[in-house]
Amino acid sequence: MHTGMESPRGVWWKPAHKAEKMWVLIAFAWCMVLFAMMPLWHLKGAQNPSGIRYRVDPSAYARRTNEFIRQYKVGEDGGFAVVEPPPGADVYLLGRMWAWEPVLKLHKGVAYTLHLSSLDVNHGFNLSPVNLNFQVVPGYDYGLRIVPTEAGDFRIVCNEFCGIQHHVMVGRIIVVDDSAGAAPTGGAQ
Amino acid sequence: MTAVPAPAPASLGALFRICSTTGLKINAQAEGLIKANAVAATVSLLIGGITAVLVLLTRWQVVHLLPADWFYRILTVHGMSMLIFFILFFEMAVLYFASAVLLNSRVATPRLAWASFWLMVAGAVLVEWMMWTGRADVLFTSYVPLRAHPLYYLGVILFAVGALIVTGIFFGTLVVAKRERTYQGSVPLVTYGAATAAIIAVITLGHGAAIYIPTFLWSLGLMNVDPQVYRMVWWGLGHASQQINVAAMVSIWYLLGALTIGAVVLNEKISRTAFVLYVLFISMAAAHHLLVDPGLSPAWKVWNTSYAMYLAVLASMVHGFTVPAGMEAGQRLRGYTKGLFEWLRKAPWGDPGFSALVFSVIIFGFLGGITGVTFGTEQINIIAHNTLRIPGHFHATVVGGTALAFMGITYYVIPLIFRKKVAFWGLAKIQPYLFAGGMTIFSIFMTFAGTFGVPRRHWDATFAQAPFSVQYNPAVDLMVGLMAIGGLLAAVGGGIYILCTVWSVFFGESIASLSSAEIRALPAGVPAGMLRPPAPVADAKDHGTLSRGTLVLVAVFLIAFIAYYFVNWKLLSVVWKVG
Ligand code: HEM
Ligand SMILES: [Cu+2]
Ligand SMILES: [Cu+2]
Repeated sequence: MHTGMESPRGVWWKPAHKAEKMWVLIAFAWCMVLFAMMPLWHLKGAQNPSGIRYRVDPSAYARRTNEFIRQYKVGEDGGFAVVEPPPGADVYLLGRMWAWEPVLKLHKGVAYTLHLSSLDVNHGFNLSPVNLNFQVVPGYDYGLRIVPTEAGDFRIVCNEFCGIQHHVMVGRIIVVDDSAGAAPTGGAQ
Repeated sequence: MTAVPAPAPASLGALFRICSTTGLKINAQAEGLIKANAVAATVSLLIGGITAVLVLLTRWQVVHLLPADWFYRILTVHGMSMLIFFILFFEMAVLYFASAVLLNSRVATPRLAWASFWLMVAGAVLVEWMMWTGRADVLFTSYVPLRAHPLYYLGVILFAVGALIVTGIFFGTLVVAKRERTYQGSVPLVTYGAATAAIIAVITLGHGAAIYIPTFLWSLGLMNVDPQVYRMVWWGLGHASQQINVAAMVSIWYLLGALTIGAVVLNEKISRTAFVLYVLFISMAAAHHLLVDPGLSPAWKVWNTSYAMYLAVLASMVHGFTVPAGMEAGQRLRGYTKGLFEWLRKAPWGDPGFSALVFSVIIFGFLGGITGVTFGTEQINIIAHNTLRIPGHFHATVVGGTALAFMGITYYVIPLIFRKKVAFWGLAKIQPYLFAGGMTIFSIFMTFAGTFGVPRRHWDATFAQAPFSVQYNPAVDLMVGLMAIGGLLAAVGGGIYILCTVWSVFFGESIASLSSAEIRALPAGVPAGMLRPPAPVADAKDHGTLSRGTLVLVAVFLIAFIAYYFVNWKLLSVVWKVG
């Protein structure tokens, strides 16, 4: 038999032996499982990155966010507005160098449409410690239908390099549990 | 061992001018080009290695070495020097080797080849200059609208044009070899694989032109570039180029298998078809980076990340079987027939070419491949994107896989092309163990830390200056610490590699004067596969017996794959509902 550094002699288009064939078939079957899982999860799963997506002018998005803040503002936290939108509302979160605005107060088990966009460069939306990640691209509005499934005090960490102060770009989402009564407090410095 | 070892050649001088077993004729032009590209690759690796340690010691918060501006600057240098310059210079050398050397041919257009080499050097120097002087703090992806100095983009363009010309010369050399009948029949599998790498390189560099030229003009204020379109086309370059690395790496697996233990090709049809799959489906792979981007539809994402990918994944799974199976068959046919694994146990583990090959296959498959397919799943990407899981994944593919395979082949290139003994042979023998061990620890713990959401590309994961405090699971500190230890170990391995290669090339002992008696005694500094080439063997009827051990290994692999994949669906299913 020859090695991979020698020219094969004669016709090399020969039927494969059983062992090779078997592995190719098993691998192919597994690849089809990998393929099927994604459409399946769109049908059955509760976590998909689909969203509503459209182009938006960054300044228009900033105006929309300010309007949203004005409408539903309930307080202040570390210099940021705290906003508590009603169930089902369109929620606007703006990323800019180097902050997330506003601070959001949401309710457990309630659906919202969370819009993400940027005023300047790419940012990364990382919900901590849940570990949900989305890319935030200037000029595009990513409207994700979310349902917070747990109450708590969460952080939004920017995880796309966005300039020298990238590491201070942290925002906040508070989720309160209506059934439990009291809202969690603290966490902010 | 029952097979008779091949007789040692009369003198190594003769061996390396015309290798007696393989008939390799080392052509002076190809030799010079291979040397130049290998040197440029090593210089890039040195820069990339030093910056790797600086970045690592900053991410390890216990040390937190660099200030923020220098962290991002040095991280840019690390990404560019390693992923672009080191890898591509090395691949240029591989292309000359797989064409001119393996086909005993002259290089098609040597003058142009040298011109393109210098063009690549000029481009790389320009880029390094811009990065080190703080005029390109944009990381290697340079996402628009982050802006670097125009000369940075120009440097990348020059480098890419040079590489594109070399792929042209590679195809030209194949034509010359065919026309001048320097070989009979089809090209060897290794050359075939390298050819697929070169075809992919052409597609990739096309994307590169489509994105870097507009971005260069944008940096001059001459046109607009949409940030989402940039990401899409840039990753057409960025991910597709990883497929060049995979095709080149797999070709080297076949080559190292042949050189070290005389691995056979079980079925040319299967191996070659698998290479073709790489070419067919690769441009779609950009989708892996855009799965949680706003500008693209779910249908586009699923189609591109899956269809494309899984047939390309199929190709890798096929090579992942045929490479070890060919090694096993070669060994069994030479008499290592006991049990499932005698062929592996009695293999030349002291040959750094062999150990690098084995570790490269394992790290690429078990760590890089499994994590890559899992994170590249549309929905699972939600819990992986831009976390440390991503660099954890690709340090297993492109470092533990590709770079390690490149290191392994170097131990053969030094005697074959440079005609020198490998210096510090004792160190060289343990080098693959250190590098592979370190990289394994590094990428496993980096990936685990990422599972908790720790971001990649981040100067301060303690968030000391942020408006809100962030607390990670306490396990994260431990994982980052272990990651740092693994990284340092790998860096020592990388340092030894550079020491051995540079010393051998510039101050090494020539091998031309070795007498046949000395050769028979297997002197230190030359891999045994080179001195005592594995004897040719005849085919056997039953391939099932020939690859029994490998079947067990791939079964273990498949189980690990299935387990990791579904554990990640489970992890995804408990996070917030989002759609
Ligand atoms: C001893 C060897 C190495 C060590 C210890 C090392 C370490 C690191 C570290 C700590 C990071 C930063 C991760 C982050 O903060 O996001 C990184 C990023 C990276 N490394 Fe390595 N690395 C090594 C070798 C390599 C090699 C050989 C390559 C390519 C062939 C490579 C390619 C990259 C790339 C592309 C990035 C991403 C840069 C970015 O996110 O902009 N590394 N490496
Ligand atoms: Cu940011
Ligand atoms: Cu950022």
